[in-house]
Amino acid sequence: MRTRPVPLTIRRTVAEPRPRGFAADRDASLPLTPVSSVVRLRSAVCLLGRFPALAGLDLDLDAGGVVLLSGPNGAGKTTLLKLLAGLLPLHSGEATVLGTDLGLDRRSHRRRLALVGHDTGCYDDLTVRENLRFAARAAGGHAGSADAAMHRLGLDPIADVVHARLSAGQRRRLALAVALGRDPELLLLDEPHAGLDAEGREVLDALLRDARAEGRTVLVASHELDRTRALADREVVVRGGRAYPVEAA
Amino acid sequence: MNTTAAAADARTRLLPKGLGRTVDALTLVAIGALVVFGLVIAPPDAVQGDAQRIMYLHVPAAWAMYLAFFVTTLASVLWLVPRTRSMVWDRVAGSSAEIGLILTGLTLVLGSLWGRPIWGVWWAWDARLVTTAVLFFLYLGLLALRAIPADPNVRARRSAITALIVFIDVPIVHFSVNWWRTLHQEATVFNPELNPQIEGTMALTLWIGVLAFTLLYLALLDRRYRLATLEEGLAERELDAAIEARVTAGAGGAA
Amino acid sequence: MSLLAEVRLVAAKDLRIEARSRVLLAQVLPFGAIVVLLFAFALDPDRGVLARVAPGLFWIAVLLAALLAIGRAFALEQAHGARDGLRLAGLDPASVFLGKAAAIVVQLLVLEVVLGLGVVVLYGVDLRGGAVLAVAAVAATLGLASTGTLYGVLAAGLRARETLLPLLLLPVLAPVMLGATRAFEDALDGATADAWPWVALLVVFALLYTGVGMLAFGPLWEDA
Repeated sequence: MRTRPVPLTIRRTVAEPRPRGFAADRDASLPLTPVSSVVRLRSAVCLLGRFPALAGLDLDLDAGGVVLLSGPNGAGKTTLLKLLAGLLPLHSGEATVLGTDLGLDRRSHRRRLALVGHDTGCYDDLTVRENLRFAARAAGGHAGSADAAMHRLGLDPIADVVHARLSAGQRRRLALAVALGRDPELLLLDEPHAGLDAEGREVLDALLRDARAEGRTVLVASHELDRTRALADREVVVRGGRAYPVEAA
Repeated sequence: MNTTAAAADARTRLLPKGLGRTVDALTLVAIGALVVFGLVIAPPDAVQGDAQRIMYLHVPAAWAMYLAFFVTTLASVLWLVPRTRSMVWDRVAGSSAEIGLILTGLTLVLGSLWGRPIWGVWWAWDARLVTTAVLFFLYLGLLALRAIPADPNVRARRSAITALIVFIDVPIVHFSVNWWRTLHQEATVFNPELNPQIEGTMALTLWIGVLAFTLLYLALLDRRYRLATLEEGLAERELDAAIEARVTAGAGGAA
Repeated sequence: MSLLAEVRLVAAKDLRIEARSRVLLAQVLPFGAIVVLLFAFALDPDRGVLARVAPGLFWIAVLLAALLAIGRAFALEQAHGARDGLRLAGLDPASVFLGKAAAIVVQLLVLEVVLGLGVVVLYGVDLRGGAVLAVAAVAATLGLASTGTLYGVLAAGLRARETLLPLLLLPVLAPVMLGATRAFEDALDGATADAWPWVALLVVFALLYTGVGMLAFGPLWEDA
């Protein structure tokens, strides 16, 4: 069931630098002109090698809210998320994300989003803290936001464990921490529940609710349908490289 | 993609049909003339005898090789510049690189065949031969890259950038190898230098050779270009079929 | 973040990973040492050939070991999707290029010092012209690292990467091989005046390919 989008409270002006740091630190009192369309895809075709992972996909997402991407394995959900993040080139069709035409420039919008994929994007020989700090500093932030995100995801006990020694669930939390440290307008999650224990899932669900409350747009690809449907405002089914919106009863 | 680029992409022939046929005919004539002049009309060299006649193939082949690689580089630049970007240039670059590689191999083999009766060895570390050998591997690498299946745009970009990287290296290789071999004592003995005072008929034959190989290059380029267009067309059709299959399979598997 | 700060960030990250994983020290360096040893088997130390051809053998060993070092520099980015993470971070590709190349330079210089000592000791070389040797080595290494980083990122995303990198990289490095070997030979012969022109060639190559790398790395890096 489509609910009304929550009014945006993220402060964002051109003159001032983006406030870095986890959501709790931000000043939520300043409203901003809402960006209505966050994602707009028309007949998007995206190739992996020669294979058409996305085969003419249409999609519209407005700002705010949580959208569930469901569909069988191999349907193209991961490719879709990577395309939106600008990591994959568009073979044909149109794609506009956060106001940027991906056919022309798929790099400049990246700082405004975060992608949590199957991999963590981290280095095996660095510790949790080191990986987070590197990610934060590379994205233009500072060590403080990395530490805050680490705390929020409950990673303090393993802060000095190297990535190679982490369990799947711990890695998942690390990836979420990296994403949150970026303070993204658009949060792309690829099967985030996978590998998390019960406590981790609670933390994740809380994060999703917080993200919605903060006015972020969240796109979650998941097989955890019951759990995620409860949180989501909308659902889109991806099948055979195309997207089919689910009309709520 | 703007319409002019799209229209240009659709260009299936490099040379228009009439011109293509003319080039083919002229190529045959020129090759015929080269054979006649090279084997019969031109006199044998005073020092090297009849073995010198290989020069009429070796030097034009080397010339055509440089021409081919120059065209590859130029086409790569044209592809990289957004305003002139079109798949035509990618096809030209790839086709020219292939032909260039064959010509390079030919130059090396002919050089070796020429060297055998003159120097008594199959190979000598002559500056030109060494540079040609390095060139061979540089372009072999480029073609190996092009052989990897990928999105056509990705392949074109990868190939164009590599072609430029390679092109920049060529003068450096040439210069350093030359310098190296002129410092080396034995270089002067092994140098199959073109006698600057080649007699009139020999010079004429050489020019016929250059013309013949240039025309041959053009004829081959045109054909290879057409082949590249057909390959792309096939890939497009396969992609469309793959898209169809994927969508149908997806729709069929609906819960 | 300024370009220099970003370069430092990336280089420091790579060097910290090396310090912790010790792949260069434990694997690449021994490989170079084995190559040096194998040359002795191939060329029979008793015939006095080794000392004469030592510069060439040294640089071949360095070149082969560099292939491994460059491969490793990008393998660690391929693991766990770190390359995607780095792209998402929004760093200037030129910074990533310079940072990775800088880390490779440091590692290769360490390699060269150790292998150099090995060659001097094992092949019985008379060490002379230290200043020329040092400058030549640094210039050659800079050229080696920048070209290697450029081709490394190209090959890294492709399936046949281990075999493609040598095929692509080694022909391009022919001038570096020539220049470095000649410079070393002249330095060791005491003819340092002859060596400097070769060093100049190495410097030109290094500058050229660092510049090319800064421009070309971005597009190559994005095409996974």
